[in-house]
Amino acid sequence: MRSWTGPAIALSARRHGENDAVLEVLTPDRGRLAGLVYGGAGSRKRALLEPGSRLDAAWTARAEDALGWFERIEASGPGAAALLDDPAALTAVQYVAAVLRDVLPERQAHPALFAATGVLLDALAAGPEWPAVLVRWEVGLLAETGFGLGLSECALTGTTRDLAYVSPRTGRAASAAAGAPYADRLLRLPPFLADPAAPLASGDIADGFALTAHFLAAHLMAPLRRDLPEARDRLIIQLGRAQRM
Amino acid sequence: MRRARTSAGPELERLVELLGKLPGLGPRSARRAALHLLKKRDALMRPLGEATLAAADKVKTCSVCGNLDVTDPCGICTDTVRDGAVLCVVAEIGDLWALERSGAFAGRYHVLGGLLNALDGIRPDDLRIGALVSRVQAGGVTEVVLALSATVEGQTTAHYIADLLADLDVTVTRLAQGVPVGGELDHLDDGTLLTALRSRRAM
Repeated sequence: MRSWTGPAIALSARRHGENDAVLEVLTPDRGRLAGLVYGGAGSRKRALLEPGSRLDAAWTARAEDALGWFERIEASGPGAAALLDDPAALTAVQYVAAVLRDVLPERQAHPALFAATGVLLDALAAGPEWPAVLVRWEVGLLAETGFGLGLSECALTGTTRDLAYVSPRTGRAASAAAGAPYADRLLRLPPFLADPAAPLASGDIADGFALTAHFLAAHLMAPLRRDLPEARDRLIIQLGRAQRM
Repeated sequence: MRRARTSAGPELERLVELLGKLPGLGPRSARRAALHLLKKRDALMRPLGEATLAAADKVKTCSVCGNLDVTDPCGICTDTVRDGAVLCVVAEIGDLWALERSGAFAGRYHVLGGLLNALDGIRPDDLRIGALVSRVQAGGVTEVVLALSATVEGQTTAHYIADLLADLDVTVTRLAQGVPVGGELDHLDDGTLLTALRSRRAM
């Protein structure tokens, strides 16, 4: 028997038969993990299985590569219920769950990504400042999956100041002066990605989403022959309408 | 060694195979159901076959609301006693039937045919959202009730529709969320308690 116990974040749940569900969660030490939840289709457990729910879980399988089942799942926070009144936050949860399910292999540890996803969920529940956290989370997702961006110094001059562009080919930053001659071919780097303490200006979130979309699409989705989840486009439209970009 | 006979013929195998595709039935329960039907050929099996054929031939999807009925538009859409000014949006026909069973709603319906779902790739174009907007734009509707589930998918869809209808001359409402009838606070999950507190009202 193989077993695991620890914190988890619900990604998706599919009904299995009349009463049960197959739940996929993100865990720190087993990455994306799936298992059967007996009674998971019933009203008592269904709320726990909503995407974004924070859980304490115990999982068991007869063999390492078997589906397994969750012996115990308990809520460790208010989960999706806290977001039901924020349309963009709901869309963000759907997008995050979809992209994690698309790009993460099963049962590969990603403790940093788990921690970052927890921070993002806390930010989603906390208030309207979360779009910047989501952009940073996407940069972290790229790094965790092997496509880290070099945003700390200019690839041309080595300076760490006035970073304003990113090369769409190398993913490395360029300073405003060094990048100026190639500006039309470079992606704009919003200051908050190079310096966490930098204040947010209008257009920074949109620039951040454009930057991460390029690398997510090219490095994570293209090899899978998939597009970024449609929920991401919807999210950007919602944020734009609400003037949160 | 004699080979065990596992089949009673292709007809029965086909019946078991088809029954096994019904929701809630697996191969074992499908075999039990097939045996039960064969035991009650005249009382159950033949009437079931006739009823299935008749339903397949006569039941249509209502072109106005997406409900199922033998007429198009359906009985609910053509019922003149119902209040055509109030439109209740539901995800599936099962939800429409649940509301009808309650007898609490006397308006008309609009069935979306699902909910927005990023994981399954269900986009707005896959649902009957455009038809809903057209119905409201056509006039005569003063209130749209979004009777969608209190899930991430349900509420994402509700907010999306509310956004689309925001510029039209119509009141958009949604079902209340909170303590179910017969529910004891001690047994409710944190999320339900949170939404119940948020939706509290004066007595």
